[in-house]
Amino acid sequence: MTSAAPRLQLTGITKRFPGVLANDHVDLTVLPGEIHALLGENGAGKSTLVKMIYGIMQPDEGSIRWNGLPVVVTSPKAARRLGIGMVFQHFSLFEALTVMENIALGMDAMVPARELEAKITAVMAQYGLMLDPGRVVATLSVGERQRIEIVRALLLNPELLIMDEPTSVLTPQEVEQLFVVLRQLASEGRSILYISHKLHEIKALCDTATILRGGKWVDACDPKQESSRSMAEKMIGGNLKDIQRGKVASFGAEKLVVTGLSIPGDGPFGTALKDISFRVRAGEIFGIAGVAGNGQNALLLALSGEEVAKDHAAVTVDGVKVGHMPAKARRLQGMASVPEERNGHAAVPVFTLADNAVLTARDRMGMVRMGLIDSSMARTYAGEVIEAFAVKATGPGAFAESLSGGNLQKFIMGREILQKPQVLVVSQPTWGVDAGAAAAIHQALVDLAAEGSAIVVISQDLDELLALCDTLAVINEGRLSAPMKVSEAKIEEIGLLMGGIHGEGASHAA
Amino acid sequence: MRLKLEKRQEPSLLMLVMTPILSVVLTMLIGIVVFDAIGIDGMRAVTDIFLTPILASYKWQDVAVKAAPLVIIALGLSVGNRANVWNIGAEGQYILGAICAAAVGLGTGSGGVLVILAMILAGMAGGTVWAAAPAVLKLRFRVNEILSSLMLTYVALQVLNYLVSGPWKDPNGRNFPATAPLLPDQMLPILVPGTTIHLGVLIALILPFLFWGIMSRSVFGYQIRVVGAAPNAAAHGGFEARQTIWASMLIGGAMAGLAGALEFTGILHKIDLGFPSGYGFTAIIVSFLGRLHPIGCLIAGIVLAVTSVGGQLAKTTVHIPDSTAGIFQAMMLFFILASDILVRYRVRVVRSPKAVVAGE
Repeated sequence: MTSAAPRLQLTGITKRFPGVLANDHVDLTVLPGEIHALLGENGAGKSTLVKMIYGIMQPDEGSIRWNGLPVVVTSPKAARRLGIGMVFQHFSLFEALTVMENIALGMDAMVPARELEAKITAVMAQYGLMLDPGRVVATLSVGERQRIEIVRALLLNPELLIMDEPTSVLTPQEVEQLFVVLRQLASEGRSILYISHKLHEIKALCDTATILRGGKWVDACDPKQESSRSMAEKMIGGNLKDIQRGKVASFGAEKLVVTGLSIPGDGPFGTALKDISFRVRAGEIFGIAGVAGNGQNALLLALSGEEVAKDHAAVTVDGVKVGHMPAKARRLQGMASVPEERNGHAAVPVFTLADNAVLTARDRMGMVRMGLIDSSMARTYAGEVIEAFAVKATGPGAFAESLSGGNLQKFIMGREILQKPQVLVVSQPTWGVDAGAAAAIHQALVDLAAEGSAIVVISQDLDELLALCDTLAVINEGRLSAPMKVSEAKIEEIGLLMGGIHGEGASHAA
Repeated sequence: MRLKLEKRQEPSLLMLVMTPILSVVLTMLIGIVVFDAIGIDGMRAVTDIFLTPILASYKWQDVAVKAAPLVIIALGLSVGNRANVWNIGAEGQYILGAICAAAVGLGTGSGGVLVILAMILAGMAGGTVWAAAPAVLKLRFRVNEILSSLMLTYVALQVLNYLVSGPWKDPNGRNFPATAPLLPDQMLPILVPGTTIHLGVLIALILPFLFWGIMSRSVFGYQIRVVGAAPNAAAHGGFEARQTIWASMLIGGAMAGLAGALEFTGILHKIDLGFPSGYGFTAIIVSFLGRLHPIGCLIAGIVLAVTSVGGQLAKTTVHIPDSTAGIFQAMMLFFILASDILVRYRVRVVRSPKAVVAGE
């Protein structure tokens, strides 16, 4: 091994899937001690590339050199032996076990418990990753869970640590703490491959950025020399559109009023809703921020009517009490919703787009006559949605599962928006969606609000909420903070609320 | 070289149609091989079981009469299977259908169109009630409907045994455990004079088209399909799972009960210990071989009826037990379930990658 050789050098990496070229002759060079960003939209081929580095997949063409020597990484275990560690976006932890037990289960070799505990404690102390090894994972926050995964990777003393979208579930404060750890790792000569699409984080953290688009290498640049906008435009390969907002000085009447909404928890680890209250007026976009798993899902179900409340007045739409009404009745009252999960919740993957249009639009768009579905109406409506939202699909007869995530999301959003709902509740509207589609979805939400609908956006992406919303509240452990105007909100305060620290009187909404 | 399964981008329609045909052909081929191996003329046995009932016109009426209950029961079961509700107890619901029809027939002691209609409706009601029990158990106490519906079949068998050996035993029947035969004007009309083809066969021909219309065009059919394909999406679309479980269980029971009543009034005309002949179980195979599609059920019902008739034929020609047909039917189900994977995946031959040890 020579110290001058790059830590990792990929040359001409190509990977084909049926019908897709996921990676097309991609080059990537990571130097020792470098924090290297891998940047690209969803579907750009970042995950595929990383999976080949970590041995989950094999490239069809191209070579991998590790510290100057050619290697074939046959499995994740082989990758770990080489000194490649990875922290995945989705953690693989057993909630009912302790931190220590989870780490022990993830080790390749059997290590005696006492020795392992000493090692864990040493790694934690070295990097300031504070965790009690005896704590049960279920009681930990998402940020703390991520620390387990990092500790698990660091125990193997890796020379390259791959981080896949590590900050998508963290509060701003937790992000700062993570960056401190990553910078310390880099200063010791370890390399970090940091996958993200959050440009300001990459500017703050990374030394080099490799940008992928459509499976191809586009550019390698120094993020500190670039603007967020210039990097974004390289990612999408075009000009970024800004959201066009009319100047709305005042909002209309209250459309959605939620008062003291409580839902009991599901199972010992499920998060319930506790005494949630907020109001959204016509023309207003109301954002609900929060770290994943703090009751966002329960809130969406409680608003869509998939979960009903005992108290009729807990939810009102245009003054009509709908708290007890199931989903169908609420839709007829003008309340539409889009849940976070596209496949199998917002849409049926094995149904055509026309059949998916029937799912939520059948009653409002007159697709049902005497118990029979008018399939030509469904096709026409699906066609209108495809047209109006520039959904890339072969037509209303295309299966939902044949669409890319972003296109299906555009279809789902369009399906609700073209129904002209009085109230629209959306969760993670641009999750896993490319920047172009995200901009289109944001614009559609703004336009719907401008026509006098009330909109609730539940999202873990704080940047999205700050750009889109008029008013913002934070959900934490099933409680909603007091709403604040986005123009006056301080990011530190939002971060504290996301972490569960409520200000004076903030635990109850006005 | 090794075989690799690759997910298709869209489910293959060709395979959806081809795999049932493939299952039948494979069953025939394996039958030939196995029979030859044990010293029976395999070609002759398989020809008699699968082809003779189709080629010999005098066997058509047997096929039609046997297919009718299979098709009717399978139609009902397919509705449940589409919604992921697994009613395995159609045999019991079929028995109850016949018992309830018999109760009306024996009770009135008179005939005519209205009595026949009442017997059929009573049969459907009996099957429905028998299917309601597993539905209640599932919805109230989360009891698995596969177990409860299956076990209720054995309860139904005991009820039948009790009735035909006790209170309903024909006083003029030389002490055989069987009910008195139906009066001639309590029997279903024969459609083709000189054959056994009764009104039930016509019903079994019409119902698939009715079910097809309901399942593909109505909101109810949509509800069943969406609950089965994506239960969370169904909830999001405002369809209630409880209502769907209820409806699909009860439809399955009603159809099985209908089949029982038609079999009783159309062909057997009395109930004895041999009345339960496994139609309720065979219909499960029909439902899957027919791809849970009403028209598929009609075709698959005929195929399975052919093998039943052919099995009896082979008993006399090559001297194999007629239960051999059951083995063939089970083999078909096995193949159709196993080949299901070809609808969503394609098989690819790949050369195994050169083994290179990491870190070299």
